[in-house]
Amino acid sequence: MDIELMINSFPKLLNATLITLKLLSVSLILGLFIGLGFAILRMNNNKLINKFAYGYSHIFRGTPLLVQIFIIYFGLGQIEYLRTTFLWVVLKEPYWCAIIAFSLNTGAYTSEILRSAFQTIKPGYLEAGRSLGIPSKIIFTKIQIPIAIKQSLPAYGNEIILMLKGTSLASTVTLMDLTGVAKYIISTTFKPVEVFIVAGGIYLFMTFIIHNVIKYLEKKYGFQT
Amino acid sequence: MELLYFGDKGWGDELFFATLMTIAVSITAMIIGFIFAALFTPLKLSNNKFLNSIGNAYTTVIRGVPELLVIYLFFFGGSGAIMFVASIFGYNDYIEINAFLTGSFSIGIISGAYSTEVFRGALQSIDKGQFEAAKVLGFNKYIYFFKIILPQMLRLAIPNLSNVWQITLKDTSLISVTGLVEIMRQSYIAAGSTRDPLFFYSFAAVLYLMLTFLSMQLLNRLETKYSKGY
Repeated sequence: MDIELMINSFPKLLNATLITLKLLSVSLILGLFIGLGFAILRMNNNKLINKFAYGYSHIFRGTPLLVQIFIIYFGLGQIEYLRTTFLWVVLKEPYWCAIIAFSLNTGAYTSEILRSAFQTIKPGYLEAGRSLGIPSKIIFTKIQIPIAIKQSLPAYGNEIILMLKGTSLASTVTLMDLTGVAKYIISTTFKPVEVFIVAGGIYLFMTFIIHNVIKYLEKKYGFQT
Repeated sequence: MELLYFGDKGWGDELFFATLMTIAVSITAMIIGFIFAALFTPLKLSNNKFLNSIGNAYTTVIRGVPELLVIYLFFFGGSGAIMFVASIFGYNDYIEINAFLTGSFSIGIISGAYSTEVFRGALQSIDKGQFEAAKVLGFNKYIYFFKIILPQMLRLAIPNLSNVWQITLKDTSLISVTGLVEIMRQSYIAAGSTRDPLFFYSFAAVLYLMLTFLSMQLLNRLETKYSKGY
């Protein structure tokens, strides 16, 4: 056991954790909007729109995240037309490619979580709202959304942790996130166990915090439905 | 489409064998995962605090650490650990372990953590009366476990196990970093030599979609078979 290496690599790994956290937070926020959008599309009565939203979540949940990142990072650059548009400014940066892939991926999972949360709301609540003459916009924001948040919290907490682990794939497109730096240190020192303990410890610490925040929120929103 | 021709001209046969490799790694990893789950589920359910914390540590650490990090640990550390054990027995030559074994083993450990949770949940949701009745009736241990508990547990576990299978199947794409030629690695090679990454990675996505779709069909059939009578 090389304690010195563990102590020396700790600040480097902690520095890389910042990138991991940035990737995680940006893609979670974007993914939440994408997920909400597709969840609403999924509940649409139009069959075509419904199929489209289903296809989106099916494709992104049925393929590995690694393929999705590679298609966006290596694949899209191949289209000559894209290189001439302003999109290229975004797509040539591995950082943004990773964020696009993560957001689309977590968006697909989030849409499923939100859809099932919306669908499990008892119809009685909506009927009660309607018979009280509340406009449907307010029913949506004041009745459906709070209940859906409460219902989806445990599943969404899992999704955040899965996404935290997913950000490690950013290291495959040259980003130096926590896993990227850990791999670099492992391949230069050939001490995988020590680095694994430190990097794994940082990841576990983050999972622990996410887990407890979600638990706290579950308690806070733990009204009876 | 020429890119997909079989033989020397295209990458069809290479990708076909890569797909078989992905299936082989997934199945091996799933089986290794079951072995780990069989070892750790009793620990997680044990009343002994020490054994219990070992079981909890396994599932918490593996499910809280990125798959890629676990793979790097075994990829870089695997041959070192085996060489260390071999050196105790007086064997000092360099030993390189097979990429297939390293890959299946690391994915297997990950898949095992998920399977453990599934089995634990399934065992806990079997009615207590079933255990008591089986004991009271004086069945021997074999019948108690294989004829009474296991069938009930499997029925509850199969829907969740099919999720674990999906996770395992998708995780195998990560062992392409160790150089094992499965779908992802083969697409990487093909994309590099033809300079057509968009086509090959999209095709890889289609292959994965086909695998997840087909295995879902099969597992759904299994699910209906085992939920008969309920």
